[in-house]
Amino acid sequence: MDKSYEIRLSGSGGQGLILAGIILARAAVIDKHKVTQTQSYGPESRGGYSRADVIISDREIYFPEATNFNCLLALTQEACDKYLFDLRETGILIIDTTFVKNLALAADNTYELPFTEIAMDKLGSPISTNVLSLAFLVKVTGIVSEKALETSIRESVKPAFVDLNLKAMKLGFDLAKNYGK
Amino acid sequence: MQGNEAVAYGALDAGVNFFAGYPITPSTEVAEILAAELPKRGGVFVQMEDEIASICAITGASLAGAKALTATSGPGFSLMQEGIGFAKITETPCVVVNVQRLGPSTGMPTSPAQGDIMQAKWGSHGDSPSIVLYPDSVKESYELTIRAVNLAEKYRTCVILLMDEVIGHMRESVRLPDMANVRVINRIKPTVPPHWYKHYDENQKYLSPLASYGEGYRFHVTGLTHDAHGFPTNKSGEAAEMMEACGRKISYNMRDLVQIESRDMEDAKIAIFTAGITARAAKAAIAMARHEGIKVGLLRPLTIWPFPDDAVRKMLRDVDTVIVPELNQGQMIHEIRRLTKDKSDGDVIPIQRVNGQLITPNDILRKIKEVC
Repeated sequence: MDKSYEIRLSGSGGQGLILAGIILARAAVIDKHKVTQTQSYGPESRGGYSRADVIISDREIYFPEATNFNCLLALTQEACDKYLFDLRETGILIIDTTFVKNLALAADNTYELPFTEIAMDKLGSPISTNVLSLAFLVKVTGIVSEKALETSIRESVKPAFVDLNLKAMKLGFDLAKNYGK
Repeated sequence: MQGNEAVAYGALDAGVNFFAGYPITPSTEVAEILAAELPKRGGVFVQMEDEIASICAITGASLAGAKALTATSGPGFSLMQEGIGFAKITETPCVVVNVQRLGPSTGMPTSPAQGDIMQAKWGSHGDSPSIVLYPDSVKESYELTIRAVNLAEKYRTCVILLMDEVIGHMRESVRLPDMANVRVINRIKPTVPPHWYKHYDENQKYLSPLASYGEGYRFHVTGLTHDAHGFPTNKSGEAAEMMEACGRKISYNMRDLVQIESRDMEDAKIAIFTAGITARAAKAAIAMARHEGIKVGLLRPLTIWPFPDDAVRKMLRDVDTVIVPELNQGQMIHEIRRLTKDKSDGDVIPIQRVNGQLITPNDILRKIKEVC
């Protein structure tokens, strides 16, 4: 990887975005990249804003927050409105249409899917929307290997939730494979 | 690994075996990890009723022979100030980790700020020596925690580790050094028979041996100005001696205490002077500016107190402009202005922010272009 790759995962507190950031960062470490993962969130544990930044590079990463994203995942309208304009022109935008209804700007590489609804339908609860959309992101960007993501999920979530999250991961990969078809 | 996690493991690897604290965002992970790890290794973790009790508990534990550390954030750090002064006047080794958040008061618990730079030096009343370390990465958080514990033991004082919220909470890929290469310093124990022991031995400079309670050595500990045995004194001669000895610990040992990172300074016309997370933004800005042919460098103190006067004087002579980014309304910048003597010295220009957001590489790059 020649340049660093900046990813912002954004939404509201309780959607599991920081855990998704940790999973992605750990996967990048497994793939032997340099990585930083930072977060910003309000004092509430649910509601409010929440975001996780992951920067992946093969060189020393100086500034650890994403300022000019290669990829933005937005799970709420508010997050999408707030961060859309910091996406690079060539950047990839992934939105959850369950909550994001208006796009202020049509990015060239936009992927729109109702991740939360899909999680409720296919996995029985919205709880693994984070891993579902992260797996989709990984498949679309190719930023870490699928194998590393799986290993990272196994290492990062509580044992009781490993199966559910691996199911969510596979579903995310499939959604990306079949996107637009 | 997370910054706070690195602090906790740094503490363990430095030999810390006693933690007393009161959890507070954004430092909580330090307490959380030590609560799990210390008992496994025969150490003690105590969750105290508040931060005043916490600093008192680590001071007491240290006098009983433990290597003691606590972790807090701004509001707790304010409460600890009197206890920090007590640890300093009684020359008791201990470490206080302050993961800074935006203040004053409750402020913004989850947002970064660098508002405690002056408090870390002057927070406690009276003149007192201060050793304050300031990391800019997860790896350095580990290394400087070990160094903080080592310096506390060596200089018999309360050492402060200042952290930024973003570094405390940041995860970074790190490779920690092999434990075989980690240097751990332990306090010097007295070898004299108990009746010869002086708790503060003026003949031994800062390396005055330290007995622990329970080892048969009798000594007195008080917050009052004291003599060599620790008993209160009002004699001006003895008071001056005690105060000067505390000051000499720092001033005689600047080369051991001061640590600086100097980057791209050889041909620099513009220098950026900053510590902690803002130095990370500066490094990115310098890379961008150098790419455009602008000669800019970084001087970053890893030890912010004692202040690296000599290095800063040299920087002021060598460059035309010094930019000082900090997440406060101007603290470190006054130290640099204090050292600006000649007209030919470089201009000193601030970048300041106190809204809970970081100063970004672009903010610094813009300022670089403004002045060059």
